[in-house]
Amino acid sequence: MPTVNLTVNGKAVSANVEARTLLVNLLREQLGLTGTHVGCDTSQCGACVVHVDGKSVKACTLLAVQANGSKVTTIEGLASGDKLHPMQEAFREHHGLQCGFCTPGMVMSAVCLAQNHPNLTEKDVREGLEGNLCRCTGYHNIVQAVLAGAQAMRR
Amino acid sequence: MAPNDTGIGASVRRREDYRFLTGQGTYTDDINRPNQTYAWIVRSPHAHATIKSVDTKAAKAAPGVIAVYTGEDFKAINGLPCGWLVHSRDGKPMIEPKHPILAHGKVRHVGDPVAVVIAETKAQARDAAEKIAIDYAALPAAGDMKAALAPGAKPVHDEAPGNLCFDWELGDKAATDAAFSKAARVVKLDLVNNRLVPNAMEPRAAIGEYDRATGEHTLYTTSQNPHVIRLLMGAFVLGLPEHKLRVVAPDVGGGFGSKIYHYAEEAIVTWASKQVGRPIKWTAERSESFMSDAHGRDHVTHAELALDKDGKFLGFKSETLANMGGYLSTFAPCIPTYLHGTLLAGNYATPAIWTNVKAVFTNTVPVDAYRGAGRPEATFILERIIDKAARELKMDPAELRRRNYIKPEQFPYQTPVALVYDTGNYHATLDQVLKLSDAAGYEKRKAESKARGKLRGRGIASYIEACGIAPSNVVGSLGARAGLYEAANVRVNPTGNVTVFTGSHAHGQGHETTFAQVVSTMLGIPMDQVEISHGDTNRVPFGMGTYGSRSIAVGGTAIVKALDKIIAKGKKIAAHLMEAAEADIEFKDGKFTVAGTDKSTPFGAVALAAYVPHKYPLETLEPGLDETAFYDPKNFTFPAGSYVCEVEVDPETGVVEVQSFAAADDFGRLINPMIVEGQVHGGLGQGIGQALLETCVYDKDGQLQTGSYMDYTMPRADDLPSFKVAHSVTACTHNPLGVKGCGEAGAIGAPPTVINAVIDALSEYGVTHLDMPATPHRVWQAIQAAQPAKR
Ligand code: FES
Ligand code: FES
Repeated sequence: MPTVNLTVNGKAVSANVEARTLLVNLLREQLGLTGTHVGCDTSQCGACVVHVDGKSVKACTLLAVQANGSKVTTIEGLASGDKLHPMQEAFREHHGLQCGFCTPGMVMSAVCLAQNHPNLTEKDVREGLEGNLCRCTGYHNIVQAVLAGAQAMRR
Repeated sequence: MAPNDTGIGASVRRREDYRFLTGQGTYTDDINRPNQTYAWIVRSPHAHATIKSVDTKAAKAAPGVIAVYTGEDFKAINGLPCGWLVHSRDGKPMIEPKHPILAHGKVRHVGDPVAVVIAETKAQARDAAEKIAIDYAALPAAGDMKAALAPGAKPVHDEAPGNLCFDWELGDKAATDAAFSKAARVVKLDLVNNRLVPNAMEPRAAIGEYDRATGEHTLYTTSQNPHVIRLLMGAFVLGLPEHKLRVVAPDVGGGFGSKIYHYAEEAIVTWASKQVGRPIKWTAERSESFMSDAHGRDHVTHAELALDKDGKFLGFKSETLANMGGYLSTFAPCIPTYLHGTLLAGNYATPAIWTNVKAVFTNTVPVDAYRGAGRPEATFILERIIDKAARELKMDPAELRRRNYIKPEQFPYQTPVALVYDTGNYHATLDQVLKLSDAAGYEKRKAESKARGKLRGRGIASYIEACGIAPSNVVGSLGARAGLYEAANVRVNPTGNVTVFTGSHAHGQGHETTFAQVVSTMLGIPMDQVEISHGDTNRVPFGMGTYGSRSIAVGGTAIVKALDKIIAKGKKIAAHLMEAAEADIEFKDGKFTVAGTDKSTPFGAVALAAYVPHKYPLETLEPGLDETAFYDPKNFTFPAGSYVCEVEVDPETGVVEVQSFAAADDFGRLINPMIVEGQVHGGLGQGIGQALLETCVYDKDGQLQTGSYMDYTMPRADDLPSFKVAHSVTACTHNPLGVKGCGEAGAIGAPPTVINAVIDALSEYGVTHLDMPATPHRVWQAIQAAQPAKR
């Protein structure tokens, strides 16, 4: 079984995996980081989004071995201690989540989107989150949250 | 009293959010039990076939495999029960064939479970599953209702030779025919309510565990109603007594109806975990969800509306075919009947109504309640035919509705289809939505769209729904096999904080926040001293769960009733502590006071006295402060509202864009307006999805063509607009909070609103109806089919 070495949420991790293991399975099943979710089997829902070397990536679409040597951040690694990341805080403030299942992926995508676009508009947010499905919110409050969160991140 | 910052009426931020935002939610698949094994289910690739043989030898020998079970192993075990018995108009009971846990002898839809492999890892279970050799003999299949009802169609079940499950009617046919004979105009419409796949973002999952030492089974499952699963699976399928069966529905990632039902996988992991002596986890892949979660809608209807010369409705009738799928799911027969036929009065004072519903077996996944459940289908028929009538009469569609609404002074209003609406003000929500949507500025916007080569259309629709499900004696007389009350236990702890155990289940609704607001307001204690617990049959006394927008109206009222008992007992204790007569004790703002004096005792002191009963009337009163209440609603609640949507159609491509959407709802009193608005947004998203994007397609042989997100179009952020929402309030008259429920409104009101707008946009082409979803292809075809002169 191949060994993968990565940094997950700031900690060095080493694991033996079957070659076919997806990054999301490594995170959820071997490292116990169950905040990253699996909502589909066709790479379309975005429930599994994490950051790999600073880019948002669908963790169901990457083999664990492909992430060898990378720095991975999951939803569990976003807040600093008890202090929520500004994007997490904005989702709470704007009621951008209901059942919470899409939320980790949605927040991780939103953070990356905000980092890459200094002046997000509503249209940018709607298009930028095209890869993340939410069945609960109708996206209205998610969009409000991402706009507010992006602004707070610049402060 | 103005709401304080956490009381009833305040938009308190949700206490659930921290765990979900930091990845600390606990969904079923996040749970791992010591020594856990994994199940993989082998499903039928055929819509209809005889199983000639199943050879599991190679699979059993595969690496890591612990056990393999087939339909043969479940032959003696009961099938999945149906919770509702509908009678046909000739008095005969519906045909109710067995729904086996694992198919035996025959498969009836693509996805029908045939075998299960239990292995050390999920990958091993899956690999071994491929080694099972199943010899099927394919049979002719009915992929839709037309095929199922065609003469000579192969029966899905031998018990139902014509594939008819029941043939039901409601209303006065003679009176309705008489009304039609007097009509100045009769408007007719044929329509389809498209089949949908619920698609909660969390796929279903279940973990079964058996403790040999205690004989207790535990099932962790993605359910909207753990007690219902305990009852159905325990009593009707596996024969397990309640005291030895614990069902836990932890954090659940959305339900929308699809997680109400008792599914085969729950029984499989529960039963098999005892056989193998280890916990078993099963988690659906999304493709499995598409072929095993109960689907929604799928009605085909012919409707007629009779009007007099002034546009007054004289009568309405409809005939509907309702798809049941290959087996009867838990609530299936109730959806097209008692949750659909009874809503056909809508918001209108139509004096005579008759409806006939024929339920049909097909070789498709079972169909059951999906957000709105029967009520969206009823609303779609009414609001489309009324719009068609307005167009034929060349009348403003808002005016035609206004003319026929039940007037505020007519409540309580007995409809011709069995319901008594307690209260409402439909004129108010209509006025509100016209303002909210800037009806006055519409012509200008239309001209602007036209200047850009786009066709603008504006649609309006009203809706009413029956929520707060349901008075047990009423539903019992209509065929329900269970009561539909709710239970709550309020446990006041010795130092005055409170734990509430509710039978409602939250899977996105935010009960932990909303219910705590109710308790905090009623007891006058800070919200952070209130904890709401749900989802575990070993903690909550009983519960019928969450669906049909029932949680606040029924579950919330059960909490209020338990709190009433707490306060009543508290008054007795306070009277003793303050040496006053019980009748003189008042409770307000967290304090018991002696009327007309300045003597008072805080709630916390009374709680402490109840648990440390040193100065306590022990001869007449038990220690402790812990009360349970069951609340059975007196009537349904009737949320209602009016919606306006504006769309732009590109005549070159047929693409429809929703430009604006305004919703004015009356949900009675609001506990947490932020959460209520979130519910409306979500419902609108699903309703617009149904109108423009989503549809579940089976080919004529019963093969599922939309089996993944590659081909089933889910609404994404860039498909939807921002919403404008507003509320008006007529308080429900028969529950203490005056609440009606808000979970399904958007999904009920949005589809006709959007389609009415699309038809309005296409009116210059003479298009009078389009079936959902109004995809670019359909819209473009309708434009192409218009008379060439108009093109
Ligand atoms: S799990 Fe759906 S995109 Fe990764
Ligand atoms: S909050 Fe439930 S799927 Fe987005």
